[in-house]
Amino acid sequence: MYQGRLQLRALTRRFGAATAVDAVGLDIPAGQFVGVIGRSGAGKSTLLRLINRLIEPTEGQVLFGETDITALKGKALRDWRRACAMIFQQFNLVDRLDVLTNVLVGRLADRGFFPSMAMQFSDNDRADAIAALDRLDLVGQTLQRAGTLSGGQQQRVAIARALMQRPRLMLADEPIASLDPGNATKVMEALRQINEDDGLTVIVNLHTLDTAREYCDRIVAMREGRVMFDGAAQHLTDKVVRDIYGSDGLDDFSEVVTSTKVKISA
Amino acid sequence: MTLTETRPGSTLPETPDAAEAAFRARRRRAKLNTGLVTGMLVVLIAVTAHLGDFFKMVQVTLDDGSRDWRWIVLAGLPRLGEFIALTLPSISFESFAADIVEWFWRWQVWLRLLIETVLIAFMATTFGVVGGFLLSFPAARNLAPNAWVLWLSRRYLEIARTVPELVWALIFVFCFGVGPMAGVLAVGLHSAGALGKLYSEVNENIDMRPLEGVRAAGGTWADQIRYGAVPQVLPNIISYTLLRFEINVRASSIIGYVGAGGLGQEIRTALSFQEYTDLSALFVIIFVTVIVIDYASEKVRHRVIGMEADR
Repeated sequence: MYQGRLQLRALTRRFGAATAVDAVGLDIPAGQFVGVIGRSGAGKSTLLRLINRLIEPTEGQVLFGETDITALKGKALRDWRRACAMIFQQFNLVDRLDVLTNVLVGRLADRGFFPSMAMQFSDNDRADAIAALDRLDLVGQTLQRAGTLSGGQQQRVAIARALMQRPRLMLADEPIASLDPGNATKVMEALRQINEDDGLTVIVNLHTLDTAREYCDRIVAMREGRVMFDGAAQHLTDKVVRDIYGSDGLDDFSEVVTSTKVKISA
Repeated sequence: MTLTETRPGSTLPETPDAAEAAFRARRRRAKLNTGLVTGMLVVLIAVTAHLGDFFKMVQVTLDDGSRDWRWIVLAGLPRLGEFIALTLPSISFESFAADIVEWFWRWQVWLRLLIETVLIAFMATTFGVVGGFLLSFPAARNLAPNAWVLWLSRRYLEIARTVPELVWALIFVFCFGVGPMAGVLAVGLHSAGALGKLYSEVNENIDMRPLEGVRAAGGTWADQIRYGAVPQVLPNIISYTLLRFEINVRASSIIGYVGAGGLGQEIRTALSFQEYTDLSALFVIIFVTVIVIDYASEKVRHRVIGMEADR
């Protein structure tokens, strides 16, 4: 149903007098790994939530293939959210449910009202969920409560949930900002693998420049709701970075300070 | 962000002396406010007491037969002692067992009615939980799908709990006739209102992130509630429900007074036939029942909390 490129056209969101996202236009072909950078409050999170319509745009359009996402309602809108899975900085799992049920939440869009209320899932769904957990190396934790897992494990459960949605697109809102470098690397590797193996488009908000350079085909930098830079990592020069982060007086602004890089040998 | 920054028009003191002066000024204002509020409360209490005949003088008959004026509280207090004395059975050491049997002479009827009372409370709690639980989500500010649904469910819960059980019982006795059915509906409706309010306050304090996760996966409003909210609030709901069961046992033991089933009808009979010792017997029965249920539900509640902690 949903194929092809994601297009944002003059996408704008205002909260009262503040403009969080200001006339953003982007054209993202299928299968690209896009990193969105910018300092806190630059509108990165709002941008992602406009794409899956957790936040409604004030103006502008989101198109996926031929479909006008901004016009979707009801079941069609829920199907779109299913098709563009999202993972969050704080994982947004249900702490008090077991890992398996958390992953099965990814199939809710296909379930009827009564089976969903009774937390009934088909054997097929359960098998898929366990396969997804296996892919993220989490089968041992299947019946554990999500809240008892470490941050890195929780984020991988969230990725398994996202995979269960059989998405066309993966949105990640600062997925590694709450993780230690080792877990951050595992999560980013998982995203890269999904991007390469499944051909999913991945759009990821990042705090750390070196992570963006390492993983992303394309970097989009935002400042005060606007796109300030859009291009490949090697074009992201120090001068551009200074412009984006507005590091007034920070002469020795260094990527190393925010670095989360850990090389895992495997 | 500190308080001083948020207060419009106030500037931050620049020297330690200025800071101390500002602090003294604030203390002065706080003291003034406390004094004003205390004064207003005293006046209010005095007015209320006056309107409530607290200062009324009444005539009493003295021992020598003459009449005199006394303050109503002093005149009335001895009557309380008289009443309690009337309800006490005469129990002597020699004929102890016989006296107890005599005191609880209607025990067969009372036992049947006691069971009826507990069953009314049980059914009413069940209805109350179902109604209150379902409405607590649209009645929570953070979960209501829209302002209309929020307004409607909140008003419904308010009406259900503002009207006392006894008044609901009167209405339902009129509709469905004398019997426990009216009692179940009356206590059930009232507790749906009370529980719905408590539950919705629990709902308003939950973490919204799991709900966002379900929503982002394409879940409906009901899915968000079922998967995101319900697991978070369940322990609190169980705890409030057990507490409500205790309250409902007490409530069901009085609604019989207006014909809605349970022990209350015996209280009325005893009062109108001036069988005062029956009243004390009934009081003992209700008292013991409530203590037993309190104790049992506390055990269960701690069990639930303990299970939570262990998992």
